[in-house]
Amino acid sequence: MIIAVLLFSAIFAQNLTSHDPERAGNLDDNETAPMWQSTGSSKFILGTDHLGRDVLARIIYGTRISLLVGIIVLVLSGAMGTIIGIISGYFGGNIDEALMRLVDITLAVPFILVALVVAVILGNSLNIVVVLLVMFFWTGFARQIRAETLQLKTTDYVAFARSSGASNVRIMYKHILPGVFSTFLVIATLTVGTVILTESILTFLGVGVPGPTPTWGAMISDGRNYLTTGWWMAFFPGIAILLTVLAFNFLGDWLRDELDPKLRQLTQ
Amino acid sequence: MVKYIARRLAYSVIVLFVTSLVVFGLSRAAGDPRHIFLTEYTSQADWDAWGKEYGLDKPFIVQYGIWAGNALRGDFGTSLRDHVNARLVIQERIPATLQLTVGSFVMAIVVGLPLGVMSAIKRGSMLDYVGRSWALLGQALPPYWLGVMMVLLFAVMLNWLPSGRKGDWTHFVLPAVTLGWGAASGMLRLTRSAMLEVLDSEYIKMARAKGVGNNWIIWKHALRNAIIAPLTYSGLLLGGLMTGTVITETVFSWPGLGRLAVQAVYNNDFPVLTGVVLLVTVIYLSVNLLTDVLYAMVDPRIRLN
Repeated sequence: MIIAVLLFSAIFAQNLTSHDPERAGNLDDNETAPMWQSTGSSKFILGTDHLGRDVLARIIYGTRISLLVGIIVLVLSGAMGTIIGIISGYFGGNIDEALMRLVDITLAVPFILVALVVAVILGNSLNIVVVLLVMFFWTGFARQIRAETLQLKTTDYVAFARSSGASNVRIMYKHILPGVFSTFLVIATLTVGTVILTESILTFLGVGVPGPTPTWGAMISDGRNYLTTGWWMAFFPGIAILLTVLAFNFLGDWLRDELDPKLRQLTQ
Repeated sequence: MVKYIARRLAYSVIVLFVTSLVVFGLSRAAGDPRHIFLTEYTSQADWDAWGKEYGLDKPFIVQYGIWAGNALRGDFGTSLRDHVNARLVIQERIPATLQLTVGSFVMAIVVGLPLGVMSAIKRGSMLDYVGRSWALLGQALPPYWLGVMMVLLFAVMLNWLPSGRKGDWTHFVLPAVTLGWGAASGMLRLTRSAMLEVLDSEYIKMARAKGVGNNWIIWKHALRNAIIAPLTYSGLLLGGLMTGTVITETVFSWPGLGRLAVQAVYNNDFPVLTGVVLLVTVIYLSVNLLTDVLYAMVDPRIRLN
């Protein structure tokens, strides 16, 4: 349900709100409280921020960035992780060893600090955030897909394909890839919440998507300075993140139970 | 056992090497470090002399060697903001971060472990419900937002606790809870599922069938076997908390390493930033190494494999 609302608001952001999320509105309207408070106005349902921008409009537009980053990162890191996982599991031996150590090394690097370093040097932009997140999130895919591939490799139909002369690439593409797809889907859904959360953390620290693009992380970061006068500025974007992440995690749990009971043990 | 430790140690060194190479490569990609000193009075001769002094005329690998050698001796260069050795700037911040990390680590264990055990034993009870909700929220709550909201509630609205900076113990409560919340929920989740799995095993059923007392079963038979997963996790946790301080310290203006790193980003203070990154990586790796060794000591299956 929540996810449907999210997708809907990301796509139809313009139709849902008449307020401009980026340009400052009428400064007379700044720090208007949400409409149910006595100082609120029915023009701004969740109030306005310090520049008179409508909080709800910014949250709705912010959905776009969050979902966009979430989806792009998942597609790229999922593809990378799946390819590496299949190769690692299928060939085994030294290749497997090397690739799995690469996973360990990636996981051992303090991600947020390295992201800070990168941001200092290359500046911050949406692209850099995506690349950073992909570099980190492929590992989860690689590990699980490798485990899955190890099992599929021993099945009769793979043995049959091999004995009938299929090449390695063909076996991996035609016989193993479809087999790991449900695993991929489950991990992707379970990861999307974490990706969105991490993106908002980077943005909050000032090394993520730069302003004035409306993002949930930046809204909380800005709103933090106005806690005493306008609590709603930081409160509502956080609720948006919380609900989004919860929704994706629930969806992931449900998918896992539906598609693959085996995975229960792996991911819990 | 010795072989196992040696292998883990070698692996940690490799990780450190890769991280330092990345950090160094990035720092050189940022531009010629001489530009920092460049003024309108700089002559070509000065420029070249600096090049010699800092070894910039040598190939990349040699430059890395010089830099890494200095870093190993704790010399990361001069802070561009404070004009003293970056090491001094960093050293000053270590105790505050340590205090915060240990505080939230203790919270994670004191809250997470018992609550995890209880919610596994009393499955489906009110307590289990509370435990599971906490675990779910802990996964989905943005940590910085939690911090901001706690400031709003306890500092702005109720005026019970100070909103930030370091001071007496009251200053410590909000940052430690913010940092520890997620960690506690992770600990809880893990302990609960490990306990459930063990409680479902044959030997627990056997013990029950023999008529062993319920408390004895839980604390003696089940927890001892279930503790391995939380133990490993606590190692990872300590490392994770170190990076978590970046967020918490920013929210609460806590004068530790994490805030220093973020400030260094804003000031383009590269020597300090690299120093913090390398230091945290070393701590992180050491803790992980220690956990692996502990893990192998507790579980013979690991060290014999």
